[in-house]
Amino acid sequence: MSQDRPFDLSLTEEQRITRQSMQRFAEQQLRSVARPADEAGCVPEGFLERTTELGLALLPVPEALGGAGEPRSPMSNVLNAEDLGYGDVSLALATLAPQGFINAILDFGDEAQQQAFLPRLAQEHFVAATVALMEKRATFEPAELATQAVREGDDYVLRGEKRMVILGSSAELLLVIAAFDGVPAAFVVERGSAGLTTASEEYMGLRAVDTATVTLADVRVPASHRLANFDLERLVDLSRLGIAAIAVGCCQAVLDYCIPYVKERKAFGEPIAWRQSVAFTVADMAIELEGMRLLVWQAASRAEQGLPFHREAYLARVACAERAMQIGTDGVQLFGGAGFIRDYPLEMWYRNLRAVGVLEGAATV
Amino acid sequence: MINFELPTKLQNLQKMSHQVAAGIFRPISRKYDKIEHGPTPEELKPLAQMRNAMRGTNDEKADKKGASSSAAGSRNGANLAGIVAGEELCWGDVGLLLSVPGSGLGNAAIQAVGTPEQKEKFGKLYCAMAITEPGAGSDSAAIATTAELDGDEWVLNGEKIFCTAGERGDAIVVWATLDKSKGKAAIKSFIVPQGAPGMTLTRVEQKMGLRISDTAALSFDNCRIPKENILGSAEIADTEAARRKAFGGVMQTFDSTRPAVAAMALGLARAALEITRELLGKEGVQADYSRTLYNSSAIEAELYRMEADLEAARLMTLKAAWMADNGQPNSMHASMCKAKAGRMGNDVTLKCVELCGELGYSEQYLLEKFARDSKIIDIFEGTQQIQQLIVARHLIGLSSRELK
Repeated sequence: MSQDRPFDLSLTEEQRITRQSMQRFAEQQLRSVARPADEAGCVPEGFLERTTELGLALLPVPEALGGAGEPRSPMSNVLNAEDLGYGDVSLALATLAPQGFINAILDFGDEAQQQAFLPRLAQEHFVAATVALMEKRATFEPAELATQAVREGDDYVLRGEKRMVILGSSAELLLVIAAFDGVPAAFVVERGSAGLTTASEEYMGLRAVDTATVTLADVRVPASHRLANFDLERLVDLSRLGIAAIAVGCCQAVLDYCIPYVKERKAFGEPIAWRQSVAFTVADMAIELEGMRLLVWQAASRAEQGLPFHREAYLARVACAERAMQIGTDGVQLFGGAGFIRDYPLEMWYRNLRAVGVLEGAATV
Repeated sequence: MINFELPTKLQNLQKMSHQVAAGIFRPISRKYDKIEHGPTPEELKPLAQMRNAMRGTNDEKADKKGASSSAAGSRNGANLAGIVAGEELCWGDVGLLLSVPGSGLGNAAIQAVGTPEQKEKFGKLYCAMAITEPGAGSDSAAIATTAELDGDEWVLNGEKIFCTAGERGDAIVVWATLDKSKGKAAIKSFIVPQGAPGMTLTRVEQKMGLRISDTAALSFDNCRIPKENILGSAEIADTEAARRKAFGGVMQTFDSTRPAVAAMALGLARAALEITRELLGKEGVQADYSRTLYNSSAIEAELYRMEADLEAARLMTLKAAWMADNGQPNSMHASMCKAKAGRMGNDVTLKCVELCGELGYSEQYLLEKFARDSKIIDIFEGTQQIQQLIVARHLIGLSSRELK
């Protein structure tokens, strides 16, 4: 309301340029290695180090703390997530994990906390950091946490188990979300803290990225490590937008991959794309994808402008969780038997897209 | 810079439209659903005068605005304004909106391609559009009504059906072919004043919904109109490229009208959801976005899904209109939003009836009417399936011969 801007769907010049390099990076460093990485169950050698050329960790960190001092931009972050998701879902999550941690420190940490943690991440080399929110429970509800923090003298003591923590095994710093006095709170936990153990867990998809179980057996953290202005709803909303944006990118990859195939693949003497049952499936994939993308953009743009965006992020999550899975399913179906074969990427996208309705806390924009 | 918030000017338009919808349409919504046929409702006449007054000033403003805002970047023009106002007014009543004199598709066509003289003469009249025939629906290139030049007059022969405002309109824009053997290129549109010699109103349809909006069948038997009543050129393009261009011009109207029709579904679905939330709220159903979908009750989850679907359709419609305002080719996006909004409108209004049970089904509330009204939105101005065809052809790069 304060600024009377026109309704506008055009990117800024900077966003346009960034998208080009992000897309090139996604093509060369993510898409091309996605399948072998999925098979190997880990990120390719040197991959995380190469992601530093994007400068994602440096961007929002104030110059005084070693960063580039760019304004915090959920909208630009959503565009980045979309482009990286086009390359690969797992590797996009790996790439974005440290920035997710940084964004949380920027949003919820006080000045002293920003000074304490951000310089360690705003480095030329890759520093793994992550947010640990999920827990081992069907119908996980972010606000109902089993992981507990209790106050003991100048410290907090954390006890519980966090799941699906992206880069959890290697992260130097983890932002652990736990309940303190029944209220969700966020604690920065150092790698190597006594009582902290991590173990990689295998999932249906996201195989190329480390999705770890983080066990906190009375982990002691100083009181200064509890983020001063933590807002769980904001964290969850911004994370859902990041995950949904990655899904939008992946769904675009599915669509772009299916179009030439249905044109080339012949059945009954003509391309299968000439059949309405096939063509309409492709049309619906594009229609639903367009809706997904705009829902994510709307919420991110409101977040960027400082407007309330919880409702918008919630609706984006609802739509993306369901529609992304449908697009992943349609992709496999359009390829028929070939969609089920690991020579093609369709089955991998299908497995990865199932995570969209499951994952919480990752890729905070 | 990406921004989905409406500027003050459009917010004001939204508020004003909502006042009209709530103050004028809603109170008489049920009454005219029951009356069905008859003359233009008296309550709508002041609106027509207001519209005509606004149309003049808006045209002036749009011209000035167009020049100044191209430098500033994003333009918010007539298409976007049409969506914003349309959604609000259809929150009130779709059928009544279509019955406001001057709201006809014919008006849009004359505004788009008419000569200054035609705009002067017919611009402020209520102009309907007659395309569909008993033997030609979605396949508008197959129309069989003919037009032949005889001296200073065109002579029209044929049958038109499903013509919105065909009874109440002051004039009808009639699609006819100059030469059936020349296909699409020979199809032209003609402004036929109501009651022209040889023109007969043969039937007014009784419909499931949109009852107050008159849907007429018209017969043309050596109907004579002045030579200058043709819209656009009388030339028949003779090269393939020129042919495509000529018919493309006709189809271009859809780039603006399809998002406008999508906006009808937005208004209807929002109206249905609001009433449903209110009725369910009395039963303790609280969909306040506080818990994940999977920890919500089935009925709350339905509300979230419907709202997400509505919001997606809404954003797609705004985008298609914004593209049109900014001179970006939007045929595919116009079809995408029409397809999405059309089915969303059906799904949401029908589900709202179901969720509210007997109250939803009862004529005591408007939910059942919304569900009846919504069906046509997925049919007129191109059915769901036609939109899917268009989207698929654009995406995959197929001709109408390849993807039939």
